[in-house]
Amino acid sequence: MTVVLDTIRLRLHDIAHGRSGDKGNRSNISVIPYAETAYSLLLEQITEERVLEHFAHKGASAVARYELPNLPALNFVIDDALEGGVNSTLNLDLHGKTLSFMLLDLPVEVPLDQIEEFTLGRRTA
Amino acid sequence: MIKNLVHIGCGAGFAGDRKDAGGPVVDTLATRDGPRYLIFETLAERTLALAQKQKQRDPDRGYSPFLDSYVRPVLARCLANNIRIVSNFGAANPAAGARHILKIAEEIGCPTPRIAVVSGDDLLTVMDEQEIRAHGTIEGLPIGEGIVAANTYLGARPIAEALAGGADIVVVGRTTDPALVLGPLIHEFGWTEDDWDALAAGTLAGHLLECGAQVTGAYFADPGFKDVPDLAHVGFPIATIARDGAIRISKADNTGGCVTPATVKEQILYEMHDPSAYLTADVVLDITGVTVEQAGENLVAVSGARGKARPGTLKTTVSFDGGWLGEAEISYAGPNALARAELARDVLGERARERGSNAAYRFDIIGTSSTFDGGTAPYPGAVAAAPDGDYRVRASVSCHSREVAEDLADEVLSLYCSGPAGGGGFRRNITAQIHTASILVDRNRLSPRVHFLGAGA
Repeated sequence: MTVVLDTIRLRLHDIAHGRSGDKGNRSNISVIPYAETAYSLLLEQITEERVLEHFAHKGASAVARYELPNLPALNFVIDDALEGGVNSTLNLDLHGKTLSFMLLDLPVEVPLDQIEEFTLGRRTA
Repeated sequence: MIKNLVHIGCGAGFAGDRKDAGGPVVDTLATRDGPRYLIFETLAERTLALAQKQKQRDPDRGYSPFLDSYVRPVLARCLANNIRIVSNFGAANPAAGARHILKIAEEIGCPTPRIAVVSGDDLLTVMDEQEIRAHGTIEGLPIGEGIVAANTYLGARPIAEALAGGADIVVVGRTTDPALVLGPLIHEFGWTEDDWDALAAGTLAGHLLECGAQVTGAYFADPGFKDVPDLAHVGFPIATIARDGAIRISKADNTGGCVTPATVKEQILYEMHDPSAYLTADVVLDITGVTVEQAGENLVAVSGARGKARPGTLKTTVSFDGGWLGEAEISYAGPNALARAELARDVLGERARERGSNAAYRFDIIGTSSTFDGGTAPYPGAVAAAPDGDYRVRASVSCHSREVAEDLADEVLSLYCSGPAGGGGFRRNITAQIHTASILVDRNRLSPRVHFLGAGA
């Protein structure tokens, strides 16, 4: 039997970058594809539901995804992601500055014939 | 001369930023034609509460402790080249900050500058505690006992007024960060109070500059993925803004770092929630139509900001006593280190439970997964930790009394003789906490004022 793979599982970190910020007990995390052509894959795969599930152990209660096709980029606003926020969290990272990389840890399915295209912009970004 | 371009550099993006960053920015600005400004953003939410406490103890203090180290190295060069300085390093006491700058000028033997002081952000001078508490907080949490400070984010108009009055240096306290950039642009271009798209562009330029090198490759580098040249000497940003609102982001000459669409995009979305409604005191910024493109080496063009009418309220940060934070750490390394670290963590947890305290505790093992973990649940995506390694046990507690915080630190210390084998490198940190909440205040309650010190005052 021959199995034909047409996608491969990578991490979001392989094809996108981002930065997190905080306000109160809310975190915002941008997700910016290295290649503009990868934006539609992000729209399809990095959904509010998946991000909420990924942050559930932090106590996240809601996720809003804002689409910025002109940049292109996504902006996620995650409610109750910061264990109470700077006022009450005992997390070493009060502001959730490291959390952009937690989001970038999400698996993505990337078409084999687009890996090069989607990762090309990395070093020169 | 028709002023079509204004150059604004940033020398600090937060209280604690590099003290030598401003020099190359000033040297570069000195080579540019047209109006030129240098801003320093130094005021985090809690910084101001600490400054208020200092001011209460000493009326000559309460400005940013970083003011001296930012201003002293560049003051003579700024004055000689007509580069005007705008900063919120006035913190809780802008007038005292201005007096200190006059003292620096005298000490280094440069001409006496004309300094504008913007005041009127202290809500406690116009509203009593009871009325402040009657405002619901944005976070939905109550304002605790012991209000330390309540300062309102002023807009750009008082800064523009200060510049119109001929200030070489404008010292403000709490103001929106983008106002440090928008104020000079309003002054130079005469943008009116309802020129929303122009005000939006100026606010976006301020948003891009306010975090210093975060737009020029710092807080960006990710080796092998996002390589940044000479991060050790990263150049701080300079924005060139045209009358029509077109923005170009560059950086100081002869420095490290980089300015690319990617570095600019990360900063555009930094601390942004709804991108169609970024609320400031001067305008509601909509960035959904913004585009960025490389316009040259280390030069990125940004356009497309749109504005909507400013809100009728101003955001105010209320700071209050937040009890104590106790933290302590100890390391375990080498063969079977993970098991020894886990044992240490479990011993600490058991003894904390036995004390029956109702304080909130948290125990982490740094080197496995810690910041990604939740308060009670671990990060499901964590990579399995190796049995041998170099791990650090961290215990923390949030509590009302200093004694409980000290007690936890002492428990970690006791692991030296009474814990698992080979614990070392104990450190403790006991910190008085200041908590904050935000309220929205009718903007008509605040009356910002500008007065002058130094030359011509």
